Amino acid sequence: MNPYLDILRLAGPEAILTLTVLVVLGADLTLLRGQSVARRFNGGAFLSILGCVAAAGFAGLRLQGQTDADSLNGFLIVNPTIDFLKVVLLVLTIFTLLISTSGKFTNHVGEYLSLILLGTIGLMLLVSATDLLMIFLALEFASLSLYILTAFNKHNARSSEAALKYFLFGGMSAAFLLFGFSLLYGITGSTNLGQIAAGLAGKGLDPLLLVAIVTTVIGFGFKVAAVPFHLWAPDAYEGAPTPGAAFIASGSKVASFYVLAQIFSVGFAGAEGSAVWHGALPGWTPVLAVVAALSMVLGNLTAIVQSSVKRLLAYSAIAHAGYMLLGVLANTPTGRDGLMFYVITYALTVIGAFGVVAVVEDATGGDAWANFAGLSRRAPGLSLCLMIFLLSLGGIPPLAGFTGKFLLFSAVVQAGDNLGLLWLVILAIVMSMVSFYYYLRVLKAAYVEDAAAGAPAIRVPWPTRLALLLLAALVILLGCAPGLLTQFL
Amino acid sequence: MLAWTIYITFIGVLVLMLLPRDNARAARIVALLTAVAGCVVAFAGAIQQTNPGEVTQITRLDWIPAIGAHYYLAADGISLVLVVLTGLAAVAGILFSWNIEQRTKEFFAFYLVLIGGVYGVFLSFDVLLLFVFYELTIIPKYFLIARWGSTRKEYGAMKLAIYSFVGSHLVLIGLIAAWVVARAQLGHATLDLTELAKVSFPPAFQYWVFPVMFIGFAILAGLWPFHTWAPTGHVAAPTAGSMLLAGVVMKLGAYGCLRVAMLMFPEGVRDWQWAIALLAVIGIVYGAGVALVQRDFKFVIGYSSVSHMGFVLLGLATLNTLGLDGAVLQMFSHGIIAGLLFAVVGRMVYDRTHTRDFNDLETMHLGRRLPYAAVTFVIAGMASMGLPGFSGFVAELQVLMGAWLVFPKLTLLAGVGILIGVAYTLRAIHKGFYSDAPPAHAGHDHPLEPISVPERFGAVLLIGAALVIGLFPDLLMNWIEPCFKSPLFERLLKGGAL
Amino acid sequence: MNHWLTILILVPFLGGLVVAGLGAERKNLVRGLTLAFSLVGLIGAFCLWMHFDVNSGGLQFVEQADWVPTLGIQYYLGVDGLGLLMVLLTAIVTPLAVLASWQQDDRPHVYHALVLWLQAGLFGTFTALNFFHWFLFWELGLIPAFFLIKLWGGPRRGPAATQFFIYTMVGSVTLLLSFLALWVATKTPTEPGCFDFIKLAGLAKSGDLAAKLGAVLGWKAHIGLLVFFGAFLGFAVKVPLIPFHTWLPAAYAEAPSPVTMLLTGVMSKMGVYGFLRILLPIFPDQVRQVLTPLLWLAVATIVLSACAAFAQRDLKRIIAYSSINHLGYCLLALFAAAGVATGVNNPDLQKAAALDGALLQMFNHGLTASALFLFVALLERRTGGLRGLGDFGGIRKVVPVFTGLMGIALFSSLGLPGLNGFVGEFLIFKGVFPLAPWAATLSTLGLLVTAIFLLTLIQRVFCGPLNERWAKLPDLTTAERWLVLPGIVLMFVLGIWPQILLNFIDPTVMKLAQH
Repeated sequence: MNPYLDILRLAGPEAILTLTVLVVLGADLTLLRGQSVARRFNGGAFLSILGCVAAAGFAGLRLQGQTDADSLNGFLIVNPTIDFLKVVLLVLTIFTLLISTSGKFTNHVGEYLSLILLGTIGLMLLVSATDLLMIFLALEFASLSLYILTAFNKHNARSSEAALKYFLFGGMSAAFLLFGFSLLYGITGSTNLGQIAAGLAGKGLDPLLLVAIVTTVIGFGFKVAAVPFHLWAPDAYEGAPTPGAAFIASGSKVASFYVLAQIFSVGFAGAEGSAVWHGALPGWTPVLAVVAALSMVLGNLTAIVQSSVKRLLAYSAIAHAGYMLLGVLANTPTGRDGLMFYVITYALTVIGAFGVVAVVEDATGGDAWANFAGLSRRAPGLSLCLMIFLLSLGGIPPLAGFTGKFLLFSAVVQAGDNLGLLWLVILAIVMSMVSFYYYLRVLKAAYVEDAAAGAPAIRVPWPTRLALLLLAALVILLGCAPGLLTQFL
Repeated sequence: MLAWTIYITFIGVLVLMLLPRDNARAARIVALLTAVAGCVVAFAGAIQQTNPGEVTQITRLDWIPAIGAHYYLAADGISLVLVVLTGLAAVAGILFSWNIEQRTKEFFAFYLVLIGGVYGVFLSFDVLLLFVFYELTIIPKYFLIARWGSTRKEYGAMKLAIYSFVGSHLVLIGLIAAWVVARAQLGHATLDLTELAKVSFPPAFQYWVFPVMFIGFAILAGLWPFHTWAPTGHVAAPTAGSMLLAGVVMKLGAYGCLRVAMLMFPEGVRDWQWAIALLAVIGIVYGAGVALVQRDFKFVIGYSSVSHMGFVLLGLATLNTLGLDGAVLQMFSHGIIAGLLFAVVGRMVYDRTHTRDFNDLETMHLGRRLPYAAVTFVIAGMASMGLPGFSGFVAELQVLMGAWLVFPKLTLLAGVGILIGVAYTLRAIHKGFYSDAPPAHAGHDHPLEPISVPERFGAVLLIGAALVIGLFPDLLMNWIEPCFKSPLFERLLKGGAL
Repeated sequence: MNHWLTILILVPFLGGLVVAGLGAERKNLVRGLTLAFSLVGLIGAFCLWMHFDVNSGGLQFVEQADWVPTLGIQYYLGVDGLGLLMVLLTAIVTPLAVLASWQQDDRPHVYHALVLWLQAGLFGTFTALNFFHWFLFWELGLIPAFFLIKLWGGPRRGPAATQFFIYTMVGSVTLLLSFLALWVATKTPTEPGCFDFIKLAGLAKSGDLAAKLGAVLGWKAHIGLLVFFGAFLGFAVKVPLIPFHTWLPAAYAEAPSPVTMLLTGVMSKMGVYGFLRILLPIFPDQVRQVLTPLLWLAVATIVLSACAAFAQRDLKRIIAYSSINHLGYCLLALFAAAGVATGVNNPDLQKAAALDGALLQMFNHGLTASALFLFVALLERRTGGLRGLGDFGGIRKVVPVFTGLMGIALFSSLGLPGLNGFVGEFLIFKGVFPLAPWAATLSTLGLLVTAIFLLTLIQRVFCGPLNERWAKLPDLTTAERWLVLPGIVLMFVLGIWPQILLNFIDPTVMKLAQH
C-alpha cells in the first residue's frame, strides 16, 4: 500500500478539513464575491460547517470501529479516545462558526473562516501526536492561526495590540518549549514520549530533566493561560473579535490539556515527585501544583474587580486553567477522565458565554455591566442561556460545571495518598466560592437591574440562537448525565 | 409517590415559563395549583408510609456509576415531617404573595424552583443528589430577594447567596474527603447515605471533617456566629421569600447537619458536642436579646428566627432521643410559626403601611384598624413564645428535657432565652398593634385595605397547623420517634444516656 | 366514661369562640350570650356539687386518657373537695363579672370572649392532674387576662399588663424547668418520665423522688431544693407572696373593675391551689427544710401588705393590698400544716383545722373581694372613674343602700363574726396557733392593721361631712341591687352556716393533712 495513502486515511478528518478550507476560500473568492458580508458569512459558514460535519462523521465512524493505529512512531496516533476528541474539537468549531455568522467586525470572511478551520486542523493534529516534534509543530500551527484571528477586528485598535502581545508571548514560550524538548532529546535520544519515558526510567532527577520540566510547564502554561504566563490572556480575550475569543478559549484548551496530560503522565512518568501536603517531593507535580494554586487564586481574585465581561471571562479562564491543572497533577486514569470531562464541558460553556456576549456587544455596543442591564426583559431566552452558562462556570449543580468539578476534585483527592492532595482541592473550592460572586454579579445586572428606559428588545440571529440553545441543553444534559460523555473517554 | 412532589413542582415551573409575559392572574393560579398539588401529594405520600422508622425507598437509578452516585430518593419519618412542612409553607407563601404585580410569572417561577429544590433535599438519600438539590436552591433565593425585595435588597441578597455558597462549599470539601476515605475502606465508591452511615471513619479524620461539614450546613441553619446573613436577608426578602427562608430553607441546614454530618461522623459529633451546644445557646440568648432592641418590625422576627433555630441546634447537640425528637419537631413548628410571623409583618402590615419602623407603627393603632392582622400576630406571637397548646411548646419542652440530661447549666441559660423571647414578643405586640401613641400627623387615619381572602386562608392554614400539632403532637411524633430508634441512627445514639 | 369536666371546660371555650365571631355591633346579643354561657358553667358546677360524694376525700369525675404516651403526657382530669371548691368559686364569680361589665361598649365581643376563655382556662387549671395538661391551662389563663388589662384598662395599663405578664411568665418558666427536672429524674429506659401529680406525690412520700433527682442530675445535696425553689417561684408569683407581689397593685388598679373581680376572685387562688395541689404534696421534705423562712414570708406578707394598704389613696389599691393580706393567711395555714408538728397534741386535727380554714378563706375571700371590686366599679360608674380615698366623704347620706351593702362586704373582709370572712380566719388561727405559735401571734398584727384601714376607708368614704360634689349621687338601681344581692346573701349564709362548704371540703382536707 502506498504509505502516503495510509497516512492520508489515518489523517482523514484533517484532510477533509483542509479540503474545506480550500473550498471556502474559493467560494468566497468566486461565488460569493460581491454579496453582502452577512450573506458571505452565512454561505461560507454553511460550507465550513458541512466540512466539519463530514470530518466529524469520518472520525465518528472510525470511533465506532475502534481503530487503533500508530503512524510514524507517534506522529499520528489513532485510537477511540483521540477520535472522540477530534469529534469534540469539530463540534466546538461548528458552534464557533455558528456564533460568528452575525459578526460585523470584518469583511474578510473567507480568510476568517479558513483561519478557524486551519486552527482546528492544527488542534486535531496536536491531539494525535505523541512525538515531541509533531506536538511542537501542531501547537505552533494552531497558535499561528489564533494569533491572526486575534488581530482580525480592524475597527478596534485593541485587537491589534492584543494580537501582538499574544504573538510575542507565544513566540517566547514556544522557544522555551523547544529548548526543553531538545534537552529531552539530548537526555534520552528520542522524541517519542513512550521512548522518552523508558529513557528517563531509573535516572532519577537529572538537573537537565528539571529544566526540561520547567520549560515544558512554561510552554504549555502559556498556552492554557496559567499564572504566571497569563498576561496575554485578558487583553487577547478582550481585543479579539468575540467569536474568535470563544475559539481561543475553547478548542485550544481542550487540545492543550490533553497533550499536557499526555506529556507529563506518559513522558515524564517516574519524575512526578509529589505535591502532597507536608510530604512534597521534587518532580513535576509540585511545580504544577504551584502554578495551579497561583492560577486559581489570581484568576478568581482579579476577576472580581473587572468591569468588562470579556475580561472577566478571561480571568475566569485563568482560574479554570488552575482547576484543570489539578487534574493533570492527579496523574491517574480517573484524574485524566475527570480532566477531559471538565475541559470539554468548560469549552462548550465558554463558547456559549462568549456567544451571548457577542450578541449583547452587537446590540448595545459594549460589554460592561451597564450593557447587560435589564437583559432578562430585552431578551429573555438569551438571559436564560447566559444564566445557565455562568452558573455552570460557577459550579452550580445540576449543570455540567458542577459535575465536572466534582468528578475532577474527587479524582484529585483520591490520587494523593492519605488525602495528601486535599489542600489543593480545598483551595480550589474556596476559590470557587469567590468565583460565584462575580458570575452572580453579571446575572444580577441581567435579571435584577432595569434596562434604560425605552431600550428595545434584542433580536438574536437564528444561527446564534440555535447554537446557544444547543449549548445550553448540552450543559444541562451533561451535568445531569455525565456518563454520556465519560463513556467515550 | 413522594418523588412527585419534586416533579410536579418543576413541571409547574415549565408551565409558568410558557405563560404569556404579563398575565399575572394566570401565573398566580398556576403557581397555586402546583403548590397545592405538591402539598396534597406530600400528605398522601406521608400518610401512606406504614413504617416511618425505616428508610423507605422511592426511586433508585444509576447515575454516575464511576463515583457511586445514584439517583436515590427515599424517605423516613424525619423526611416526611419536613416534606409536609414544605408543602404547607409553599401553599401559604403563594397565598401571601397574591398581590405581586411586577413580573409575577418570573417571581413564581423562581419560587417554585426553590420549593422543588427543597423537596429534593428532603427526599434525597444519595449525598451527591442531596448536595445538588441543596445548591440548586441558592440561585432562586438570590433572585427572589434581589428583584422583589425591599430594604437593601441587593446587599441582602448577595450576602445571603455568598454565605449559602460558602456553607455549601465547606460541605463539598467534607463530602469529597469522606468519599475518598469511604472508598478506600469499602473498596468501592459510594455516595449512598445509608452505606456511608455504616463506614467507620478514622477518629482523627472525623475530628476535623465533622466541624467543616457541620459548620457548612449550620451556616444555613443560622448557627451563631455564622448567622449574620439571616436578619439582613429576611428583612430584605419579599414576604413569601422571608416565609420560605426562615420557614424552610433554614431547616435545610439543620436537616443537613442531622442527616449528613451527624450521621456520617458519630465520633466527630461527640468530640464537638459541647461546642455546638454552647454556640446554640448563645444563639438562643443573643438572638432574643438583639430582637428586643430592634426598631424595625421585621428585624425582630428575623432575629427571633436565629433564636428559635438555636433550639433546633441545641436539640441536635444533645445526642439523645428526646433532644433529637424535639429538634425535628421544632424544625416543623418554627417553620410554620416563622411563616406566620413574616406573613403578618410583611404582607399584612408592611404592604399596607409601607413602614416597618415601630416609631411609625405605634401611631397607627393597627390593633383597631387591622384587627385580623393583630389577632393573627398575637396568636403567632404566643406560639412563638412557646405557649402550651401550640407546637412550639412541645418541641421546646422536649429539647429542654433532652438538654437537661446532658447540659443542665446550658439549659438554664436557654430558659433565660425563652424569657427574653416573651419580652420581645410582648414589645412587638405592644408597639406594633396596641400602642396608644398619638398620631404624628393627621394623614395616618386613611383607611387601610382590608385583609384579603388569600391572606385569611393562609393565616388560618398556618395557625391550624400550629394548633393541631400543639394539641396532638403525636401525629408527628409517631413519625419522628421510630427513626431515632432505627438502625440508621443507632451509631449516633449509642453511648448516649437515653 | 363520664365527661362532665371536659364539657365544663369546653362550654366557656366554645362560647368564647361564638361570642368573638359576633362582631362589634350586636352588643346586647354578645352580652346576653356571654351571660348565658357563664350561667351554664354555674349550673354545671352546681350539678357537680350535687353529684359529689361528700364522704370520699378522693378524686371524683375522673377522666384519664393517653395523650402523648411517649412523653408521659395524659389528659387527666379530676376533682376532689378542693377542686370542686375552686370550680364553684369560678362559676359564681364569672357571671357576676359579666354582669358588672354590662356597660362595656368598646369591642364587647372581644372583651366577653376573653372573659369566657379566662373562665375556661380557670376551669381547666383547677381540674387538671397531669403537668402538661395543667400547664397548658395555667398559661392559657394568662393570655385573656393580659389582653383584658391591656386593652380596656386604666391610663397606665400598658406597663401594668406587661409587668403582670412578665412576672407570671418568669414564674412559669422556672416552674416548667423544675417539672422537666422531675420528669427527667423519673424517667426509666423503658418508661417515659412522670408528669402525673398524684404519682409524683406518691413518689415524694416514699422518699424516692429526691433520691432519683440526685441520681440523675447530680448536685445530690441541693438538687431537691433547687427544683423545689423553681416550682415555688412559679406559685409564689401568682399568689402573690411578698416579695414577688409588685405586679399586683398596678395590675389590679389598672384593670377594668370587672376584670379585677376575676383577677382577685379567682386567679389569685390559682397560686394557693398550686401550693396545695402541687407544691406541698410533691416537695414535702423540701418544705420542711425551709419551713421557717416560708413562715416568715407568710407573716411578712400578712403584716406588710396590711400596712401598705393603709398607706394607699386609691380604693382599688387598698383592696388589692388587702387581697394580698388575706391570701397570706391561707399560706400561713398551709405552711404551718406542712411542718412537722412536734410537741403538739392531736396534730392532725390542728392541721385539718388550718387547712379547712385556708380553703374556706380562699372561697370566702374570692367572694368578698369580688364583691368589693364590684362595688368600686359601681362607684366608678357614678363618679366617672374617680376612686380616690380623698375624693369622697359622707356619701352615706346620699347613697344609703350602697353604703349598707358595701359596708357588709367591708365588714366581711374585716372578719366580723356572722359574715363569711370570719369563719375562715378563725379556723386558720385555731389551727396555726398550736402548730406555729409565734407566726400566729405576729399575724394578729395583720388583723389589727386590716381593721384599721378598713374602718378608715369606711370613715373617709361614707361617714363624716358630705362632700358637696356628690350631693346628687344616684343610689343603686334595681338592676344593680339584684346584681349585688346574691353576693351579699352568700356572705351571710356562709358566715352562719359554713357547713355547706365544709361538708365536702373536710374529707379532702383530712386526706391532705395526712401526708
